[in-house]
Amino acid sequence: MSEQLTLPIKVLVPCGSLGAGVREEEVEYGLSRGAHAIATDAGSTDSGAAYLATGKSKNSRGAVKRDLMILMKAHARTGIPVIIGTSGQAGGDMNVDWTRDILLEIVAELGISPRIALLYSEQTRESIKTFNTAGRIRPLPPLGPLEDTTVDECDHIVALMGVEPYIDALEQGADVILGGRSTDPAVLASFPIWKGAGWGASWHAGKVGECGAQCTEKRDSAGVLLSIGKDGFDVEPLARDNYCAREGVSAHMLYENTDPYILTEPGGQLDVTQVTYEALEDNRSVRVTGAVWKPRPYTMKLEGAGGGRFQTIMLVGIQDPDVLRDVSGFHDRFLEALYMRARQTLPPEEQDDFHISIRMYGWNAVDGRPVAEGTPPPREIGVVFIATARTQELANAITHACNPYFFHYPAVMDKELPSYGFAFSPADVPRGQVYEFKLNHVVEVGDPLELVRTRWVDL
Amino acid sequence: MARLREVSRHVRSKQAGPFWVTMDIWFDGPGSFERYKASPALSPDVFGQLFGTDPALVKHIPVPELNLVKISYPRATPQGGILERDMHSGQQYVRLLDIELD
Repeated sequence: MSEQLTLPIKVLVPCGSLGAGVREEEVEYGLSRGAHAIATDAGSTDSGAAYLATGKSKNSRGAVKRDLMILMKAHARTGIPVIIGTSGQAGGDMNVDWTRDILLEIVAELGISPRIALLYSEQTRESIKTFNTAGRIRPLPPLGPLEDTTVDECDHIVALMGVEPYIDALEQGADVILGGRSTDPAVLASFPIWKGAGWGASWHAGKVGECGAQCTEKRDSAGVLLSIGKDGFDVEPLARDNYCAREGVSAHMLYENTDPYILTEPGGQLDVTQVTYEALEDNRSVRVTGAVWKPRPYTMKLEGAGGGRFQTIMLVGIQDPDVLRDVSGFHDRFLEALYMRARQTLPPEEQDDFHISIRMYGWNAVDGRPVAEGTPPPREIGVVFIATARTQELANAITHACNPYFFHYPAVMDKELPSYGFAFSPADVPRGQVYEFKLNHVVEVGDPLELVRTRWVDL
Repeated sequence: MARLREVSRHVRSKQAGPFWVTMDIWFDGPGSFERYKASPALSPDVFGQLFGTDPALVKHIPVPELNLVKISYPRATPQGGILERDMHSGQQYVRLLDIELD
């Protein structure tokens, strides 16, 4: 073993996201290998803006409690810290508090009193406008300069934390940290950096381990163990029958990142241009050396999400041969008829402010593009109707008006009316607001803790 | 005439944050990688046409150690907006598969 890793800091990453299914035997294995800390994130932006805009979690309360219980039992036995980032899927204040309440239930059940730090990074609309006026907010492509009206469209705005707030909480004796929105690698990199491991090695290990076992070869396992030294780190699956390979580990730098060599993080850039990956003799681990951390003026990325108009949907299945003979033509006539029907029923002031789409699942629903000439028809097709309007009531009203057409609209006008296959009653599903991310901007901060509020739970 | 699906062993697409999509094209070996890594058929202009994105913002980065070309571009419509058809952009690579590279 090379010298730089003789005294590595070992971070047990039990899963890719809290609530995704921590495995007790994997945690046991990581502890038996001498883990110094447990760290995982608990969310991301992947599944859309709804979770930040509403403050709700994507994972169920039961699933999060189950996973966190396993981690807290490990903490109770060993005393090693448990570090959770992007709590409650989106990391807004409501998401953190939701996770805090689960944690409090667990510690009561276990009869333990850990020192718990909560890191909040949600920002008010007013403070964002103030930073903007002061010239401290810069756009990232493809968005342009930030407008106050955009800020007003956001229900919640968070700043993505780096390692410093976590290190500060560890320094103050935290046993458990529930972080708000943070970059995924920061959550994993904070402990080793605090303990003196290399910044480049820690950040790179954080990136490779961010999705748990995704960087390993057998995906049917949950976590990894990161052993981080001065100039590099080893990554090893927590499941005994799993293994890491050079290519899989190096390819993780590509994942959900626009640049395979450079990762921009709060306070610097991770540069992996000169990194080497080496399979170790245990046939399970890969050693990664050579990442460089380049400090930059401290910025935090902002995420803001807000709810817009409302949608109601319906679904039918169609096997009617007349429809399947010309799916694209049917789609166009169908959509026009549905628009006409909706216009007949809406009050005049709403005429221009609604949207209908129908998606032909089994044909071109996923890309919406014209289908190549000569494409054979599918055996059946699922058609989703989506009405979008200013209020849920209007979206429902459009859908109700369109229901008979959606049910019976014929492919051949002079034939008897068909009845398509509804799977549900009621047929319409009000699905609430359409949520969007509004910000792709960074804010310049003088101090990494400036936008972060640390609270301690008094047990 | 080589179509992308014939000279690659894996192609994938995924969101890279709410505003960007990234494509990873693993060629089937160093030969294909060298031959097609700078193919005009994978140029920013082509991505502009295929995905309705601004060619000036398209990033095209060869990764020789993996025989891979990474191409990233801004989304044409907001993630989760009313026109959304692929929330995670996971199916966007499919329209590349039949591109003719030479």
